Parts: sequence; structure tokens; C-alpha cells
Amino acid sequence: MNTPILQMRGITKTFPGVKALQDVTLDVNRGEVHAICGENGAGKSTLMKVLSGVYPHNSFEGDILFENEPCSFSNISDSEKRGIVIIHQELALSPYLSIAENIYLGNEQATRGWVDWRKTNLEAAKLLARVGLSENPITPVQHISVGKQQLVEIAKALSKEVKLLILDEPTAALNDEDSGHLLDLILHLKGQGVTSIIISHKLNEIRKVADAVTIIRDGKTIETLRLDEGQITQERIIRGMVGRDLESLYPDRDPQIGEEVLRIEDWSVQHPQDHSRIVVHNASLNVRKGEVVGMAGLMGAGRTELAMSVFGRTYGRAISGKVYKYGKEINTSTVSEAISHGIAYATEDRKQYGLNLIEDIKRNISLAALRKLVKGGWVDGNEETIVANRYRTSMNIKAPTVAAITGKLSGGNQQKVVLSKWMFSDPDVLILDEPTRGIDVGAKFEIYTIIARLAAEGKAVIVISSELPELLGICDRIYTLSAGHVTGEVPIAEATQEKLMHYMTKEKE
Amino acid sequence: MSALRESLSFLTSRLRQVGIFVALILIVILFQVLTDGILLQPQNVSNLVVQNSYILILAIGMVMVIIAGHIDLSVGSVAGFIGAVSGVMIVHWGWAWWIAIPACLLVGALVGAWQGYWIAYVGIPAFIVTLAGMLIFRGLTLITLKNQQITPFPDELRALGGGFLPDISGGTSVLEFLTVILGVGGTAAILFQAIKERRVRRKFNLENEPMAWFAVKTAFIALLMLIITFLLASYRGTPIVLIVLAALVILYSALMNNSVFGRHVYAIGGNLHAAELSGVKTKAVTFRLFVNMGVLAALAGLVFTARLNSAQPAGGTGFELDAIAAAFIGGAAVQGGIGTVAGAMIGGLIMGVLNNGMSILGLGTDYQQLIKGLVLLLAVGFDIFNKNRSGSGGGSTIGSRFKRKTSPPAGSESTTPVSGAPVGDRPEKAAASRNP
Repeated sequence: MNTPILQMRGITKTFPGVKALQDVTLDVNRGEVHAICGENGAGKSTLMKVLSGVYPHNSFEGDILFENEPCSFSNISDSEKRGIVIIHQELALSPYLSIAENIYLGNEQATRGWVDWRKTNLEAAKLLARVGLSENPITPVQHISVGKQQLVEIAKALSKEVKLLILDEPTAALNDEDSGHLLDLILHLKGQGVTSIIISHKLNEIRKVADAVTIIRDGKTIETLRLDEGQITQERIIRGMVGRDLESLYPDRDPQIGEEVLRIEDWSVQHPQDHSRIVVHNASLNVRKGEVVGMAGLMGAGRTELAMSVFGRTYGRAISGKVYKYGKEINTSTVSEAISHGIAYATEDRKQYGLNLIEDIKRNISLAALRKLVKGGWVDGNEETIVANRYRTSMNIKAPTVAAITGKLSGGNQQKVVLSKWMFSDPDVLILDEPTRGIDVGAKFEIYTIIARLAAEGKAVIVISSELPELLGICDRIYTLSAGHVTGEVPIAEATQEKLMHYMTKEKE
Repeated sequence: MSALRESLSFLTSRLRQVGIFVALILIVILFQVLTDGILLQPQNVSNLVVQNSYILILAIGMVMVIIAGHIDLSVGSVAGFIGAVSGVMIVHWGWAWWIAIPACLLVGALVGAWQGYWIAYVGIPAFIVTLAGMLIFRGLTLITLKNQQITPFPDELRALGGGFLPDISGGTSVLEFLTVILGVGGTAAILFQAIKERRVRRKFNLENEPMAWFAVKTAFIALLMLIITFLLASYRGTPIVLIVLAALVILYSALMNNSVFGRHVYAIGGNLHAAELSGVKTKAVTFRLFVNMGVLAALAGLVFTARLNSAQPAGGTGFELDAIAAAFIGGAAVQGGIGTVAGAMIGGLIMGVLNNGMSILGLGTDYQQLIKGLVLLLAVGFDIFNKNRSGSGGGSTIGSRFKRKTSPPAGSESTTPVSGAPVGDRPEKAAASRNP
């Protein structure tokens, strides 16, 4: 059983000025699910790019043996010919093409240059059945959910007669249910002899599917843990990833909860395009001074939609309901109104909605409250630098200077820039949407600490998160949403994962 | 020795900014040799400034529009239209220049407001709106002029195109005094500003240029200023339009760097959604941007008309292309978010020197266009090559870069619940921001 399918030996990859990988070793056995763990920037993705030929064979040192034969790939199609297929974190599907067209994109089922549509669609349907999708292959990809799109990617990989499937954070954008499906599928494919490498941050997933875990830290292999030797435990993985024991995943808090700061009443929102869909339905909630309130819900429950529609009506249409601050009704119909009433919203998608990635740290931090820096009609650049430096220190943003471009920072540091931006706007209420998505364990702890500090300073904090342990770890009170309804409000003392999940899946009364 | 190495590594990190400057100098030297020294003769330098002034004025507005991620194809037609309007106002109606000029700028602002409305509030892409504007305002030019040129203009207006500041020495000196004062004063101001800026960067511990490079660069710029001063002073002094242009460059550079409006323009171009969610009134900023472009196009039209001493039906044709080329050669990014007014000025000067030099050599417009096209392509190509080399991964070959570019990370956007939520979806921007 334990025959190696892939051996990577002494892989060293250098970028100008940085050693991204240093003498990395990876052994993957045939028919296993092999997880690769490591903090952001540890070199996981680089290693996979080396393996799949994104970085050609002469751009790194070391040897790759696949099925006991040395490999020297010049590009992705070389590695695909050998049966190594990589599915990137950001899906590479064309939204306007059909499922079948996407599956055979670049590998068209053609006779003499003309596409054989019958064959394309029939074969695609077979592949879809293998991944457990019942969708019609001619459906445009944009009409299916992200979870299903991920499965289409896997069907595409299967069409290439994959022997080694590499999945780069496959569940990062999926809800729990879809994640479950995907993991089941990986196990199912394992039964059919497909070997998988899965890069993931989510330790519970790794425990569920992985036969072996290789931990990478700072571009070096730390160790490979094997399930059959009983080595795969959360503590061990975390210790390997951060190089130390985390005594606690969450900082201690001593909540000092004061008066009500924000109250939302009877809030309803329609879908911006599909007017028959009501995305948020008569939602009411409140948050108090010094309190951290969680918002739990499955994908599509309407959490982000609720937050964004409150924050300057940046989502949805036909919005109705009232927002009160300190008991007085306020108008939050534009973003600048919302900001001026002391509301801040840090989006779940830093890169698309949160940051100007081509701009430097200081200008990102100052953007939401630029007017605070204006002196005599002009933005005071010195003051801006001073402010940015203050946040760089207090938030521990790891960057050489505040003139560093945000696009080059790691996910955790980018998130700290986003938080700095909103703290500079001096809000009373912070709505943080998935504040730790795509962030490694060490940086997560820092973000939690910042949240705890904000609450201790008397801010009211709302945290939207898909990770229940995270909500249980940092919140004082948790609302659950299901299909646009607030289905529960649970004080932390009474909250358990099971109870929250029960409310999160509850049908409307 | 280590200072040298430090300077070199700094130079490679700023290859783009340095490269464009070096390119301008090389082109000047090239044509200076090819034209047997005619290029840098005082009279020709003076000509060069006046000839290119209206393109440079347009390039200021254009680079701002491009930084915000838009484009304006109509500026040539708008300049022509304002030329026609000024002809009617001044020549036919006999308005005084001090009424007519503000009136023309106001018409330019209205034109900009018209286009800005469609772009910002209706949401039609700027490419389409200004393509329509290109036709609309050319048509209005022809209608206004009834297909005939209007001429002559009074001297006061003509001064805007070809006039010089008065010679305060009364013609007694070889070098024109006022120009020398302005030139030396300006040089001193630039030196002062550069040193001050360096101090500030050091104070805040920001990345600074190596001393050697700073000294060479600043000294070089100062020298250049003095040479130009000398050349201008030994001909007829400072063209009035150069003063206008210098004032605009200073004003708009400050505006783009240190005003809330300018910062918002960069923020919109860098990431529209993020700007919107940070409270930037993206529509209002876009609208104002086009109003501003309209005013600058009007000014360019006035200068051009003044220089020709006639408002012509075809006036301004093709200006938009020169202005766009100037912005891109000067380092503006097609995706928006990147660019500077100073860069666009250097880009415009490169085009200007090429035009002027080739004309002196007697090359026809056929070859001129060919060469200008190639220069634009090479400049932007160099930019992209350079960005890829120093960009995200680095180290990999161009081939694999292209491979990655051709497989865009699409798909996920259209189905996530948030997508389409913030106003004005621009998927290409999202894709660009993910592939920095």
C-alpha cells in the first residue's frame, strides 16, 4: 500500500532577495490524501507551483520523482499530461461558458477542428455524475453556486485522467455543507485510486480527510505526520505551524458591557437583481458598548447582506427598517453618512472590496477618514505618516515602512491595515465581516486580541464569521441567521456549537 | 563603492521612472545630433514649448481621468469646439477677451458636465460616452463654424498662444531678465522642495533614495532647468503659455497628491469597490473629473486657436491621441490607480520632441505617425515587461507569465452573494487587483 507516487527532494526556490523554499522534501504515497499545512507565506503555494510546472524545471533546485520517474515540467500542460492537476484557490472557470465547455476548456472534444457538442455534453454529464452533481452540463457556470463550481473544477480535473489532484484551499469560499460534500468527494476519489494533496488552514477538515500531514514553516519542511501512527492532532499541527504551543487560541477578556449603542429594527432587504427574493427579512438586533456580538449563519443566510445594507445601502434594494444609535434614529443611506454616524464595516473580501492593493499602507489607512488629516484645504502628508506609523506599531503590521504597497503584504497584515483604516475613522460600532478569513493561526490570535482591545476601549463590535469556534471564543452574545431571518439570540454562557447550528439551520417560523 | 551599488539597485527598482526620463534625454540628444544642433537652438526650444503646450494641458486632465480608470476620447473635438465658440464670441460678437476666456472655460465645464453625467450617474463606460462626444462636439464645431474658419483674433488672445512675457530690461541685455529671474527662482524652489521632501522622508524613516542618486538627480534637474532658462532667455523670453502650463502643473500635482479629491481619484482607480466602501463618493468624484477635463480641453482649445490665430473646423483633430499617449508613456496604468501629472508631462515632451525633431528632418506625417506609434507601444511594453519582472512572483520567464495571464481567475465573482452589490461592477478591475 505504501508505495510512493510522488517524491520531491531538496526543493529550493529563490525569488530575488527571498528564499521561498529551502531544501523542502515531500513524500506522497499512492492513494492517500496528503494535507499540507503552514502559515500564510510559509511556501505551500510556491511548492505546489513548483510541482505543477507553473515554475519551470530550471527555475528551482531539487528533484521531483513522479511514479518513480524524474520530472522536468516546463509548464502546466506538461504536468497535466502526467496526470498532475492543480485546482487553484481562485477558481479558473469562465462564468459565461457552460459547465461542459468549462470542463473541456483547452481540451475540446473535437473532430477535425470542429467541436463535437454531443460528445462534450455526454462526457461532461458522466464526469458530473462522478463528482455528485446533477446539473445540466449546458448550464452557464455563473448560474451555479460557488460550492458547485468547485466540484466542476474537480470534474475538469477528472477529465484529464488525474492521478494526483492538488487542491489549494478548496473550501476557503465554501459553507460548511458544501465543504462537507467536497471532503466526502475527495475521500470518494481516494477510493477510486486518485491521490490528493490538499492545502488547508482548517484543521478540522484535515483531521477528517488526511492520511498524512506535511507541515511547512518559513519555506522548510518541519515534519510529516501520519494518521496510522496516530500523529495527527490539532495541537501537534498548530505547534508545527507556529513553532510554539498556543496556550489559548483566544485572548482572555473581561467584558465591561454598557449602554446600547446600535439597534437595527425590522430590517428587510431585497436582492438587487432578483426582486422576488427577500434576502433579509425583518431582522432586529442590537449591540452595546464594550460588547462583541457574533453573527452566525450558513452561506446565504444574509449576514453580509444585512451588514452591507445597513452600511450605506451598499447591498440590495427596497431596504426598509430603522437604525438607532444611542436610541435616536439615524440615516445610514450612504457610506459617508454611515461613517459619520460612527459605523465602520470591514468587508469579508479584503482584496476586492477592502484595500487598494496597488497603493501603500499609509494611504489605505487614511482613506476612510482623509478629512481628519486636512489642514488648510490640503491633506497633511506628515500627519498621515505619523498616524500610519502609530497604527503600524499598535497593530503590529509587519512591513518595512508605511510606504510599502499593501498588495505585497500577507493576508494577516493586510487585514490589520483594513482594521487600522476603520479604527482611524474613530467608529463607535465596528462590523467585522469574516475578519480572519484566509489568515494563518498566529495572525488570527493577533486579530482576536485587537477585537478584544476594541471592546475594552468601549467600542461595540459585531463579528460575522462562518467559524463557530471563533464566535464562541470571542463573542459575548451570538445572533443566528437563517435564510434572512434572525432565528436566535444566544448569550455566550448558553452557546454551544450544536445549539448554534440548530438555530442556523432552522426554517422560518 | 557601496554607495554606488546602493544607487544601482535603487535605479533598477525605479527603472520605470528613471527610464522615461533617460529616454527623453536620449531622444533630445539623438535629434540634436541628427538635426545638426537645430533642435536646441533658442528659437526652436521656444517653439517646442508653445507647440506642445496645448497637448500638455490636455495630458494633465487626461492622466487624471486615466488614473481613475477611465479614458476621454473627446478632448480633441472639445478643444476644436471651444476654439469655434471663442471665434464666435470674440470675432463675431466682439466680446472682450477677459469675458470670452472665462465664458469659454465655462462652456468647457458644461461639456464636461454633460459627459460626466452619462459616465458617473448613468453608468455608461467613458470609452463609449467620449467616443460619442468625439462625434458630437466635432459636429457642433462644424455647425458653429458653418464649415468656415474664423479669423483674425485680437492680439490679447493671440498672446495666449504665441506671446511672451515683457522684456523688463528694455532690450538692452543679451539675456532676457525676467526669464532669468523666473528660471533661477524656479530652480531654487525645486531644489528647496526636493531637500525638504528628503528631510521629511528621513524624519519618518521612510524608504529614501540613496544620497548619491538624490544628488545626481536633483543637480541634473536643476541644470536642465537652467539650460532651458538660458535658451529661452537668449531668444524672446518666457512664453506666456509656459507660465500658464507651469502653474497648472504645480497646481494639479499638488491636487493629485495632497487634496482629498486627488486621493479619492487614486483610490477609485486602484479599487473602486474599496473606495466606495470607504465612503468615497465615487460618482461625484468621477463627475468632477470630467468637468475638470472639459475645462482643460477648453483651455487647450483657446491656446491652440490663439496660436493659429484662427478657429478651424478641423481644429484639435487627433489631440486626444497625443494626450492619451503622453499619459501612458508617462507611466499611467491602463487599469487605473497609477500615474502622475509630472510623468504625463515628460511623456508629452517625448512626443513633442519626436514631432518637432522629425519635422525639422523633413520626415512626412507618414513616418512621423509610424514612429510615434512604435514609441508608444515600446514605452508601455517596457512598462509591462518591467512590472512582470519585478512583480508578484518574479523570477519566472515571460512565457509562464503569459500562461498565468491567460487563465483569469473568473467564475467565483458572479455567484458570491456580495457581487453586483456595490454600485458599478467592474470585473476587469477585480481581476486586475488580484493579479497585481
